[in-house]
Amino acid sequence: MRWLFESGFFASHPVHVACLVGSIVAVVSGVVGVFTVMRGQSFAGHSLADVATAGGSGAFLVGISPLFGFVAGGVVGAGAMEAIGVRRARGRDLATGIVLGASIGLAALFLYLSTTESSTTGASQQILFGSIFSTVSSTVPVVAIFSVLCLGIMALVYRPLLLSSVSTDMAAARGVPVRVVALLYMVALALAVGLSSLAIGAILSTALLIGPAAIALRLTKRIGWAMMAASLSGVVAVLAGVLLAYDSYYWSPSHASWPVSFFIVVIVFLGYLATELPFVSTAVTRQRRPATSDASEAHR
Amino acid sequence: MFASFMINAWVVATIVAVIAGAVGFFVVLRGSAFPAHAIPNGAFAGAAGASLLGVNTLAGLGVFAVLAAVGIGVLGRRGRNDVVTALALVVMLALGAVFLSQTTQYEPEIFSLLFGEVLGVASNEILPVAVLGVVCIAAVLVLYRPLILSSVVPDIGESKGVSSQRMETAFLVVVALATAMTVPVVGALLIFSLMIGPPAAARSFTNRPSVAMVLSIAIALITVWTAIALSFVTNWPIGFFVGALCALSYGVGRAWATGRRARAPRLETVTTGLVQA
Repeated sequence: MRWLFESGFFASHPVHVACLVGSIVAVVSGVVGVFTVMRGQSFAGHSLADVATAGGSGAFLVGISPLFGFVAGGVVGAGAMEAIGVRRARGRDLATGIVLGASIGLAALFLYLSTTESSTTGASQQILFGSIFSTVSSTVPVVAIFSVLCLGIMALVYRPLLLSSVSTDMAAARGVPVRVVALLYMVALALAVGLSSLAIGAILSTALLIGPAAIALRLTKRIGWAMMAASLSGVVAVLAGVLLAYDSYYWSPSHASWPVSFFIVVIVFLGYLATELPFVSTAVTRQRRPATSDASEAHR
Repeated sequence: MFASFMINAWVVATIVAVIAGAVGFFVVLRGSAFPAHAIPNGAFAGAAGASLLGVNTLAGLGVFAVLAAVGIGVLGRRGRNDVVTALALVVMLALGAVFLSQTTQYEPEIFSLLFGEVLGVASNEILPVAVLGVVCIAAVLVLYRPLILSSVVPDIGESKGVSSQRMETAFLVVVALATAMTVPVVGALLIFSLMIGPPAAARSFTNRPSVAMVLSIAIALITVWTAIALSFVTNWPIGFFVGALCALSYGVGRAWATGRRARAPRLETVTTGLVQA
């Protein structure tokens, strides 16, 4: 096994933290992401990472913990997107885009104001790409607490959310408070995305939210199974990505490691492409039941 | 504000606003805000790759932007469009992260690629922007009718021989072209705001496509000019003003549309809606 696990992999502290934080984020993203993909809200899921970043850079500027900036920015952004909220998917993406554009502008301003006062080179790169290896172990408990909070909200709204994701009209007719459920879901999404973009960077945040969930929904149409499959494939992608990134240090004589995010994204993307293969999709169609297959078709 | 070193900025920003207003009209009409955000970010990765390999930045931008557009167009046929866009976006950004990790000379330029460096435009950057701008406008004019048809009523478009899949890919390539030339000048994030805010506002004011397009270009021009002026006076990044002004124009447009709906009697809106349909 030496060729696979380079020396010191199991003893390295950053590797432990990266694997732990990455796995927590992958599980939460998998659970939340299944609904994100089903509801066609990938754009919102991605945008919230950037919106949270604006909050984080604002917090950095005024000198409070960026963590609260990330969480607050994400929740406020989610509220704004939901408040403008248009029922039709086209209008909704537009509202998301406007919130995204405005908050990126704010991030630019905050970064500019903080970099003129204290020179922080590479701040924009750090915020955009992040690095799972630079996660400090003190953030682990905070990430865990917010993850539990996020999963708690998901458990609370699971049933009505599922109903209103399949058919908003039917849910409304049955007395589900559709707007409240949607808002609670957006808050859960903001928590998941804000935390993951703080812990592992905006790229991985989107990749782990959308990729594993899209793969899982290709494999099964049962929501519970899909959530488990998404979480599991997310964790596998994270662990394999961390391993490859650790090994990549030894690949070239110059010892320039490749970024973890690259490996995780490539693994997730290859997984998604694999579900496009003919025999995978036919196997799924055969086991698909008419009643449950509506779940994903309804929101195309 | 109109000193000689500022002239290039005004010229380039004007070209960029015209293109963003025109292409953005279709972005809003088709609800393609996500691809319009993803493609510039992909182009950003291309710029990083070009700098690593020592190739012309514009070539890197163009290749990656078009690759992203075609990838989204082709994969989107079978899968969910927004999922494919998100995955294409993260793959592009991850490639950018690899390129950046392998080079050390690039870091200061990242901020300007993302947020724009419109006040530092060199004279020799104007010509490529102008040429690609003409190409973009020409493409928009050629695609104008079929694109509107397939955006608004895809079924009728199909029956008249306008393939909506081919239209989607063609449209995304136009977005990619508009992106490739404007990213180094105005930044990946600014061009996205300009393609969304002004056209969305314009659509709230009028239902006629040609009027909306002209209005969209006009609002984009006002936004960019105001942003440059404010940025010059305050020294704050231009991206902030563009983002804020675009959100403002969208808000005004929404308020106007809501007000108009409230003023008009119910029955009348219903009948005009029926007539238009």
